[in-house]
Amino acid sequence: MRLRFIFGEVWNGLRRNSTMALSVALVTFVSLTFVGAAALTQMQVQQLKDAWYGKVEVSIFLCPPDSYEENCVAGPVTEAQTDDIVAVLEEGNVSELVESVYVETREEVYESIVAADDSGVYSQLEPEDLAPVMRVKLTDPEEFQVVADATAGLPGVESVYDQREVFDDLFDFLNAATVVAAALAIVMMVTAMLLITTTIRLSALSRRRETTIMRMVGSSRSLIQLPFMLEGAVAATGGAALAIAGLWFGTQYLVEGWLTGSISWVDYIGREDVWAVAPWLVLIAVGLAGAASLLTLNRYTRA
Amino acid sequence: MIRLDNVSKVYTRGARPALDAIDVEIERGDFVFLVGSSGSGKSTFLKLVLREERPTDGDIWVAGRHLNRLSSWRVPHLRREIGAVFQDFRLLPNKTVYQNVAFALQVIGKSKRDIKQNVPEMLELVGLAGKERRMPHELSGGEQQRVAIARAFVNRPPILLCDEPTGNLDPGTSVGIMRLLDRINRTGTTVLMATHDDEIVDQMRKRVIELKGGHLVRDQDRGVYGLETV
Repeated sequence: MRLRFIFGEVWNGLRRNSTMALSVALVTFVSLTFVGAAALTQMQVQQLKDAWYGKVEVSIFLCPPDSYEENCVAGPVTEAQTDDIVAVLEEGNVSELVESVYVETREEVYESIVAADDSGVYSQLEPEDLAPVMRVKLTDPEEFQVVADATAGLPGVESVYDQREVFDDLFDFLNAATVVAAALAIVMMVTAMLLITTTIRLSALSRRRETTIMRMVGSSRSLIQLPFMLEGAVAATGGAALAIAGLWFGTQYLVEGWLTGSISWVDYIGREDVWAVAPWLVLIAVGLAGAASLLTLNRYTRA
Repeated sequence: MIRLDNVSKVYTRGARPALDAIDVEIERGDFVFLVGSSGSGKSTFLKLVLREERPTDGDIWVAGRHLNRLSSWRVPHLRREIGAVFQDFRLLPNKTVYQNVAFALQVIGKSKRDIKQNVPEMLELVGLAGKERRMPHELSGGEQQRVAIARAFVNRPPILLCDEPTGNLDPGTSVGIMRLLDRINRTGTTVLMATHDDEIVDQMRKRVIELKGGHLVRDQDRGVYGLETV
């Protein structure tokens, strides 16, 4: 009986305040789309980090002949110096951070440079002009700086280069996009909450006669307030559903359809990631409506 | 059934008390008129009994409950023991007569069967059998007040509070409403009625409690309205 009564009241309230309910749904839709977009961007950043950082290496360039670097004035790197550097990496304090060390010989470095050079600029080079390069794979690529500090300045080391730097600009951009989306999401969520508060207040005022009678005949406070809370929650959940649909289609057409077609070497997020975000969006919508109800109802439907 | 022990109510600090050291005891099955001019404290008295307001001082017992100690989540249970009737009827304009009365049972969780049994019985009691499907605006003032009484009494509360129930009605219709309240009182229900209607009080010759400026100035069995307060 009570359930029927509650759902009847919710339906009546939504019908009577249909334009307000629609505006709540739309504002929630926009705000949660920003929240979802921020979350998906961060998932993309994490996915790229996982995919790329596993492949990147730290390159330690050893002193070639005729280097002008301060650390190389003594001449090209010797075999003993190379062994010392390997010993620092494999047996020193940083050994736990090092997964493997591979020393590319002069010939291998020469091959890779000339092979990658279509312009012919490097064709004058001879293997003797080059120095070996150490390719160091780290157990945790984030710890690059520790390994760099331990090796830079060792005799025979010209420079230490972290391949991650290539991606950092991209990640900085994606992180900035996340911050912008999150900031907009917060503004929109505050707007949504104020709008839900106003909607519930109007709904409560328009049914004041009913709630007064309910109070007088001994209806519990929860039964008086629940229909209003559910009204807000239904409208906000509608907004969350729209946001999920928007993100799903956005991911399908923008990411899986367009981006994957134009830049195919990147590992993109997919529609399944939208489903991972979806429950959180619904939870936020219900939370927003709940908080707005608590702020409003005690005043307008007092027991 | 209703007891006020040295009860005072002050709305704003420093202002004159709306009620000042009131001692009253109303037994089960009593019919009591609460009389006094506007601002004498009648509405405050009813609000305290309904636990819409709390006393500033003193103790109140209603239907075996000590209201000073009643937690707010128990208040709905108290109100199921009290029916309330108002001068302005307070019917829901978009519901039929039947639905208005049934509403009072729906919102306290009564079953469909209870509602189907009790609402027609109650409409019969108040003399509205056959008018179940009418909307409030299709009824006369007296009929609307009968619907309001049916709604207040459909849960068979032991106490019925009436705040100027005949205030909007002509004398002939008021007599009909008073007969109905008297009939309800004869079922053992305690009726406490605030009124300005001297003719009714004088005709009914029931117990009269008179308030003046927040003080209890008269508590008389088989009393009249009293010339001094007219």
